[in-house]
Amino acid sequence: MKGKCWKFGHNINTDEIIPARYLNTTDTKELATHCMEDADPDFMKKIKAGDIIVAGDNFGCGSSREHAPIAIKAARISCVIAKSFARIFFRNAINIGLPIFECPEAAEQIREGDEIEVNLTSGEVLNHTSKKRFKFEPFPREMQEIIQAGGLMNFVKKKINVA
Amino acid sequence: MGMTITEKIIADHSGLKEVHPGQFVYANVDICLGNDITAPIAIEEFEKTGISKVFDPEKIVLVPDHFTPSKDIKSAQQSKILRLFAEKHHLKHYFEIGRMGIEHALLPEQGIVGPGDLVIGADSHTCTYGALGAFSTGVGSTDLAACFATGKVWLKVPEAMKFVFHGKVKNWTSGKDLILYTIGKIGVDGALYKAMEFTGSAISHLPMDDRFAMCNMAIEAGAKSGIIAPDKNTEGYIKDRFKRKPVIYQSDPDCNYARIHEFHADEISPQVALPNLPENTKPVEEVSGIKIDQVVIGSCTNGRISDLRIAARILKGKKAHPSLRLIIFPATQEIYKQALQEGLIETFIDAEAVVSTPTCGPCLGGHMGILAEGERALSTTNRNFVGRMGHPKSEIYLCSPAVAAASAITGEITPPDEIIKN
Repeated sequence: MKGKCWKFGHNINTDEIIPARYLNTTDTKELATHCMEDADPDFMKKIKAGDIIVAGDNFGCGSSREHAPIAIKAARISCVIAKSFARIFFRNAINIGLPIFECPEAAEQIREGDEIEVNLTSGEVLNHTSKKRFKFEPFPREMQEIIQAGGLMNFVKKKINVA
Repeated sequence: MGMTITEKIIADHSGLKEVHPGQFVYANVDICLGNDITAPIAIEEFEKTGISKVFDPEKIVLVPDHFTPSKDIKSAQQSKILRLFAEKHHLKHYFEIGRMGIEHALLPEQGIVGPGDLVIGADSHTCTYGALGAFSTGVGSTDLAACFATGKVWLKVPEAMKFVFHGKVKNWTSGKDLILYTIGKIGVDGALYKAMEFTGSAISHLPMDDRFAMCNMAIEAGAKSGIIAPDKNTEGYIKDRFKRKPVIYQSDPDCNYARIHEFHADEISPQVALPNLPENTKPVEEVSGIKIDQVVIGSCTNGRISDLRIAARILKGKKAHPSLRLIIFPATQEIYKQALQEGLIETFIDAEAVVSTPTCGPCLGGHMGILAEGERALSTTNRNFVGRMGHPKSEIYLCSPAVAAASAITGEITPPDEIIKN
């Protein structure tokens, strides 16, 4: 995962990520067109596929709407790095396979526009602009199983042996 | 080491003798819930698996309550997905409009959830049922889909935080004020991933509707759940409602808490949360005089019968200020009918309020009372995020029904004791 960073502050909530006025659809492409709209109305005009969201504490707080990580994923953001995530957003991201990383140091020091790369195997965030490296903790084994299966539903299918 | 009430419920639903914070479990779910926003994605994900039967048609609850009665064609399509799925799988608990209510007022009222249950819902305010002594938490649509298939949910056992409220609540201070005060003290991520346990003499005396309001807003502190151990009040509430056998859990005296907060209820005034986060709380006296354009009384937090009774007591014989709009929405059909029988609806109409059918509508900026640019609402709902109730440049102040009703009369934020002296 490699891309340009877009920075957001603390407590970015699901109403900012995808306002409720757009929740009368589950069409992922349509949801993506409103991604981050109430936090930055020009966000979708500025980003390129593969770009990365970097945020402060409690990213994704508020509603349980899975439309939030879905909109981010469908906007082709490659991953989200934050100081911390709100818990329902966190599990939704794991369940649908949107890569997210809790890395307080990286979230603080990365600046908007920095080119960064996330290496899953080494558990590292590399900032190509500032040449800094940051380590992040890998997910617990149980969560990795869900991620490796390609999301919760694939994991469930495997477990109950239906597929 | 003893266990907390939350750990005990999770252990018993996971086939384990004991569990510890941080442990991963696959827990059996007593009730799972979805609405017209979250269930369509869950249904689509479930159907993609090719599994032909849901785990138990009696344990799935679907409530189209967010954009209902359907506000536009797209919303009508969403609700139709729920209706067809409920028919196909013979779901016992599908609530069509006219028979429904806002989910978190409806499920306890209808006796679908009760003490000792493990409940998940694809709605963040599912934590409300903790007021009954259940472990209840909000999840996403994919979690709900997995539960449709397996009857299970993956959980990381949360650490618990204990909140002790000593003394007695003051006049005009409600459960909503206690939780706003708490969030103001610890912040919107002050209980991130944790179970909030509310206890103390003020809680023992707190009516059930106030307890629901408190547990409802645990998510606004980032918590996984909120819980109050069952007592006589709980027993009284579930009697004649809850048909299954309640399982009563209590925290052990030697259980472990990540943190204990102690508050004195008699020092807590009615609270107002200023834009744009529920943690920006102040006692109402400090913000009185702020002009408002719209007052909203209702929601899964404060649309219950005692909320409406308090509002009617203040509004009786008075009119909403000519400069503002007053919108009142009873949370369920049963509450609506009760309010009608008690004359509360007449009081509201005489006060020139709009009385709406049960819906989540205005709370999330869906329909039935959207704010224009630059407008300011005072609302008994649960979130005051940017753009939550309408235009991104509108503002929301959160409060109790008493503060909302008093302010509706004056047109500006007003302490209730300025309208009714006790």
